[in-house]
Amino acid sequence: MATLSDVPSESFRLSMLINDKRYRSYTFQFIALLLLVVAFSYLGYNLAKNLQAAGLNISYSFLGDPAGYDINQRLIDYNSQSSHWRASLVGVLNTLLVAFLGCITATIIGVFVGVLRLSNNWIVSKLMSVYVEIFRNVPVLIWILMIMAVFTAVLPKPKDYRGADATASMVADSFAFTGRGFYLPKPIFNDGSGIVVAVFLLSIAGIFFYRRYAKKALFERGQLLPTFLPSVAIFFIPSILFFFIMGQPISLDYPALKGFNFQGGIYMRASLISLWFALSIYTAAFIAENVRAGILSVSAGQTEAAASLGLRPNRIMNLVVLPQALRVIIPPLISHFLNLTKNSSLAIAVGYMDLTGTLGGITLNQTGRAIETILLLMAFYLTISLSISAIMNVYNNSIKLRER
Amino acid sequence: MSRTDNIAFVRSDMLPEMPPPTAETGAIKWLRENLFSSAFNTILTLLSLYVIFQLLQGFLPWLLGGYWTTSSLRECRDILDGASGGCFSVLTERWNQLLFGFKYPPDQYWRMALVFVLMLGAVAPVLYQKLPRKMLYFTGLFPFLGFWLIWGGTILTPIVILAGFIAGYVAFRRLEHNSFAMAALGGIISAWIVIWLGGFISGSMSGFIALESVPSRDLGGFMLNLILGVVCVSLSLPIGIALALGRQSDLLIIKWICVVFIEFIRGVPLITLLFVANVVLGYFLPPGTNFDLILRVIIMITMFSSAYIAEVIRGGLAALPSGQFEAANSLGLDYAQSMQLIILPQALKISIPGIVNVAVGLFKDTTLVSVISMFDLVGMIRGPILASTEWNGVYWELWSFAVLLFFVVCFSISKYSQWLEQQLRTDHR
Repeated sequence: MATLSDVPSESFRLSMLINDKRYRSYTFQFIALLLLVVAFSYLGYNLAKNLQAAGLNISYSFLGDPAGYDINQRLIDYNSQSSHWRASLVGVLNTLLVAFLGCITATIIGVFVGVLRLSNNWIVSKLMSVYVEIFRNVPVLIWILMIMAVFTAVLPKPKDYRGADATASMVADSFAFTGRGFYLPKPIFNDGSGIVVAVFLLSIAGIFFYRRYAKKALFERGQLLPTFLPSVAIFFIPSILFFFIMGQPISLDYPALKGFNFQGGIYMRASLISLWFALSIYTAAFIAENVRAGILSVSAGQTEAAASLGLRPNRIMNLVVLPQALRVIIPPLISHFLNLTKNSSLAIAVGYMDLTGTLGGITLNQTGRAIETILLLMAFYLTISLSISAIMNVYNNSIKLRER
Repeated sequence: MSRTDNIAFVRSDMLPEMPPPTAETGAIKWLRENLFSSAFNTILTLLSLYVIFQLLQGFLPWLLGGYWTTSSLRECRDILDGASGGCFSVLTERWNQLLFGFKYPPDQYWRMALVFVLMLGAVAPVLYQKLPRKMLYFTGLFPFLGFWLIWGGTILTPIVILAGFIAGYVAFRRLEHNSFAMAALGGIISAWIVIWLGGFISGSMSGFIALESVPSRDLGGFMLNLILGVVCVSLSLPIGIALALGRQSDLLIIKWICVVFIEFIRGVPLITLLFVANVVLGYFLPPGTNFDLILRVIIMITMFSSAYIAEVIRGGLAALPSGQFEAANSLGLDYAQSMQLIILPQALKISIPGIVNVAVGLFKDTTLVSVISMFDLVGMIRGPILASTEWNGVYWELWSFAVLLFFVVCFSISKYSQWLEQQLRTDHR
């Protein structure tokens, strides 16, 4: 019996481009591509005509010209004679600075609030949910502006520290909190301090290796080594020892009131601090929800099973609950970090000179090169987010449940 | 003779039940369990009580001792004379500016207020399925009515556009049984023809039932936030669905166009897109066209939120078991039908919480337009109000007002979404 399933081979007809499912997809894709090309060439044509009419061209040579403006918050050398490129670099570093500081504090506050929200103490958990709801439901721009305004208005001015009847005084003679910003002691690295720093870094690596050794001992020989006290010892003792052996090479430069303002030390501007603080508490509200969801996602049976194996509470937390909760917590946590970095572009509202303030703000206004600057600005943020999502994909794959 | 006779006393009936010890009932038990269960908990409770006390001690006198009727900050401070109290008179004096901006003609404020009330009516049937379905006709009419009320001009303009939409819809229904793509194309073409022809009529009769025309740069205040939020969310929903479907599709080119668009938009902060709207978009339009700033901003914010909504809906699509797609195919439904009837209703239901999150985030992000010098609520506070000589220096009152407005709107939206999730939960738990 001959098989009937053979499709009679048809010759290609033009109507198959619309009616046959196999070819229709090519038609659609071709139309989409055509539309895309037409749209882009239309936009490009308009762009060329507009630029021609305005007597402009697309060129990045302006990046080499002197910027001609000052940036008050900077991590690297910069003056008004430096190039626009250098100014953008200062902006990039400022963006990364506030994003880095913000991510750390937001995580700390967020974990703290998230854990307290799960507390069986009624009043504490209610207080924390009020915090979360208030900060999540109001734009971060309002928080930034409000904190900046209140910061400047409430804290004492440098002149309040002057004279015999000063209304404000420095904390521990080394910290000054003023409405213009915070003044902190600055470490000065003299000769030989490199060795102390190196020892400090080595001892941190040492802690890491010791912990790995202890884990290996536990898994292979069942030998339970103490980790907490040795870690503390490795952290402090070698560094302090070398600090004194090298003759105290690191000293502190204290801020001091000279004239109408403080001199010396590290000066953190009010704009940096209020931006940092506002971004932290705003993002912390989201992270808190995240942490709470993560902890709740580990079923109570896991805790009970671990307890019935005879594990102590802190080991239950470290060995059973946290590894499972982190799987839920970390991916959204990273996307909150990314949001914080993107939100840091609101720095422009308080005059903190991040990349949006330098490249997308003053450089744009001075050179009038809108397309080039905004392309660069977008490329920077795009690079950051794409690289972070790439890292996150690798991480997600590495912690994926491996089913046997 | 039973043995009990010898015993001096045997109880023959039950004692009444004793009440539990006072420490184990009612408020005291609750306090013991929830606030003072351990030493650590007691410390936490006392600390929280102290924090609440401190907050209230600062907040209550400020709220209750405030003045609502002075005409400037100086006058208010003079009356307060060092006592604690807020100068809320800035809110009463600048109320209209905070809500409507400082350029909208004052005798036309009723239009904005009317649009707001009508908006509530138009949104209600979408939010509550129990309301009569006939109200959806009003929802359909509202965009045109709202456009006319906000921007003014002749009523013919929105009527012509409405007629175009109706013509497109009729054409779509006529051709739908042929094929979806054909019907969509026919609908778009007929809508375009009607709008193009109607443009001549409305252009020649610009005085017909006309309201005073208000240029969009005169819009401002909290109303601007609301307009941007509502318009952009409603526009970005269909675009987001289309992008999500495109990203899921087998057609490689379409898939990659969608992926690049979504990842690009999600990778940059909204503020750079607003810069694009402000300074770059003009370069890409035909020379001589003068595009309204608010329209450019709406385009960019819509692109922004549609990328986020697309990701949310993609999550919903991914959560559907593939059996649903296969079942739809095996019933002989084509792509458009299976999406409309089987896939999207389920996928959208799953994505509701995510969509609401995006909507709340978008509404909050509308404050960013103040950075490109539009006078929304934040822009009004930072610009005209805090810079004025009367009110230079009232931070707490103004910012608290802004916090309150946004909190009320966003919190109620998120509560609504939680309620809706409960309503839509059809599985048996």
